[in-house]
Amino acid sequence: MSSYSRFIVPTLAADAAIGAMYKLLLCWRYLRTRWIALASVISVTLGVATMIVVNAVMAGFSNEMQTRIHGILSDIVFESHSLSGFQDPQWHIDEIKRAAGDQIAGMTPTVAVPAMLSFQVRGQWVTRQVMFIGIDPKTHAQVSDFGRYLQHPANREQLSFDLREGGYDTIDSQNPTETPTRPALEHAGWPHRRMRVNRERLWKERLDSKKSAENAPARSVDQQVDAVLAATSPRGDSSETPPEAAATNEKRTNPFQTARPNQGHVMDLAEEQFTGIVPGIGLASFRNRQGVDQFLSLPGDDVKITFPTAGTPPKAVSDNFTIVDFYESKMSEYDSNFVFVPIDALQRMRGMIDPQTGIPSVNSIQIRLKPDAKLNEVRDRLREVFPADLYAIATWRDKQGPLLSAVDMEMAVLNILLFLIIAVAGFGILAIFFMIVVEKTRDIGILKALGATSSGIAGIFLGYGLFLGLVGAGAGLVLGLSITQNINQIRQAVEWCTGSRVFDPSIYYFFQIPTIIDPVTISWIIAGAVAIAIGSSVLPAVRAARLHAVEALRHD
Amino acid sequence: MTDLEMPSNETPILETRQIYKRYQSGTTTLEVLRGVDFSLEQGGFLAVVGQSGSGKSTLLHVMGLLDAPDSGEVWINGQRIDNLPARDKDRLRNNSIGMVFQAYHLLPEFTALENVLAPLLIRHGIVNWFSQKRAAQEQAEALLERFGLSDRLHHRPRQLSGGEMQRVAIARALITKPQVLLADEPTGNLDEESGAGIIEALAELNRDNGLSIVLVTHDADIASQARGIVRLAAGTVDMMNPGATGSAA
Repeated sequence: MSSYSRFIVPTLAADAAIGAMYKLLLCWRYLRTRWIALASVISVTLGVATMIVVNAVMAGFSNEMQTRIHGILSDIVFESHSLSGFQDPQWHIDEIKRAAGDQIAGMTPTVAVPAMLSFQVRGQWVTRQVMFIGIDPKTHAQVSDFGRYLQHPANREQLSFDLREGGYDTIDSQNPTETPTRPALEHAGWPHRRMRVNRERLWKERLDSKKSAENAPARSVDQQVDAVLAATSPRGDSSETPPEAAATNEKRTNPFQTARPNQGHVMDLAEEQFTGIVPGIGLASFRNRQGVDQFLSLPGDDVKITFPTAGTPPKAVSDNFTIVDFYESKMSEYDSNFVFVPIDALQRMRGMIDPQTGIPSVNSIQIRLKPDAKLNEVRDRLREVFPADLYAIATWRDKQGPLLSAVDMEMAVLNILLFLIIAVAGFGILAIFFMIVVEKTRDIGILKALGATSSGIAGIFLGYGLFLGLVGAGAGLVLGLSITQNINQIRQAVEWCTGSRVFDPSIYYFFQIPTIIDPVTISWIIAGAVAIAIGSSVLPAVRAARLHAVEALRHD
Repeated sequence: MTDLEMPSNETPILETRQIYKRYQSGTTTLEVLRGVDFSLEQGGFLAVVGQSGSGKSTLLHVMGLLDAPDSGEVWINGQRIDNLPARDKDRLRNNSIGMVFQAYHLLPEFTALENVLAPLLIRHGIVNWFSQKRAAQEQAEALLERFGLSDRLHHRPRQLSGGEMQRVAIARALITKPQVLLADEPTGNLDEESGAGIIEALAELNRDNGLSIVLVTHDADIASQARGIVRLAAGTVDMMNPGATGSAA
């Protein structure tokens, strides 16, 4: 009796809590002598690595896209359903302030209408469909990252619709190190304008002299050039009317002309500009396969824009404008669609200013919230105050909802597919473990004969599975992180080897593959992989635990 | 060698009462044990002999708690053990019963020393092990030295001869200081000389250390070295050697 009591008294509580020593030792020995088990882990490693890379790249893309979209759109857009807009933006701004002023950092009115943009490339007229957006240069930069996307450093500080005397960036200010330079922008601005105007005058002069040559005696080429230079020098007295100016003069019959300050004035195109506009860079340039931007027109060039008036029915009117800068948000949808113009000019040209009261109308009010404000809450508060049949109030997320949710969906599907790869790896572990259990049947019998418990036997295989899972996931983590860190170098290497572009900047509008490593995502991936490894070892472990000691000992 | 507390001589160290065991294979039922009563006194050394299929190994497995009888009782040191929960049986196998097999049954991944330590590795948790490791290792080394294996401590089983492996197996059975040693044809795979050495070692353990031993064999010569012989035939105890310390029912 006395000695029997020794058997049932637990040797030590710790034995139960922590597995017995032999499990650890056997796990280790099995691992060291059975490298084939590590083969099954390779698929776990690859699965984990792929998941980490894909998630990092997708998160990078998604984040990049959201940042850009958010940079272009303000937090909340308060819009009229009609292109004609609503009257009295100041009253609306005051009302919005009253509804949610505590969360609002800034507001600016805008007018946006569809329009046609026409410009000349090598003497040919090119017409494109654009969104013509009137903005307040003083306040617009406060509600979005608009200023950041301009090409002239001074415009990035404070936008001006006056053409600058050169100084445009020849490098991409948002990505100075990675992108090719844009030498074309070096002479943009007034120097480009003067050169162009002079060239056009020279050309016209030649044409004229050719015509007159039939009647008048021929002049030497030098004399002709001198004459032209004299006529077109900045100080020179310009008596000619260039074609563009002539076009302006024709506009005297335009009913809106009455409001124009330069009425009756003959413009010197080399010294004066039309109303400034900032078109998206994609409208005036294209990107070749090397990622170098080729410009069709530059700041200093003039364009024609045709747009509807605010009346009913709208009439199409057109005017000349001068490009003063380019807008580059790196979202091609915006960069090849938006043209910005001073809001007061657009209101005047569209007839959106009440002639009696002088109160203007606007299409929308862009609202920027304070950093800690709640986006949807402010939107809902405004929706309560302003009737939905007159105003559309949406957050930037609402406006890009389909795009953002498409990306999320894509990510979810990819994650499921990739996780299935790891699950397949789990079946590999299952098969190999069953093999090991069969191979080790006699050893299991020995252990049972020596007093190992069934749970202890199961523990060997579960521990083995855990270890393989950790090794596989750990290796996958290292592999995945190093691929993610060096993804752009890898891309370059692949491009160098295959000679074809893997990641075409003319499509994606960025030069680097963006990545974001999210520790939470990675933890989930690792946990999932380890769980699959343990889960796959459960069946073999249970089988091992249930082996009958005597039968196991007889096993060959 | 043994520091077990000695129970009164009247209590057998190992006893079976009316053990029945049958195996079902298809439609035929094979009754291997049909009411075996067996008893081994403290310090006894009994050989169980019988023809192949007479059930001697099954009896040993039942006594060693590796197999459960269909009916009947197994008593060790005055305690019934066949009806204990699995975990307690595991603990008994680990603490009180030493087993030696015909095929040695060493763990191929372990060295000789580790094989001897295996029952203690099973008994102790990781934390506990590191406090016990030194003493256990010394004990195992001493046992291996006693069996003439001090130069084989770190050899794997496959690097050892059959006799050496069986001696390692005996050392492993003894490391837990068991109450009884059950040996199942320990010489079956050995040549005569090695086999004789093993039996000599067992006899010495019984003689010098008072270890209670049950030896299953089909070899009459080997059986004769035990202090008593039990013959199993047709699933029952057929004949007890008159000089045995065991008693037939």
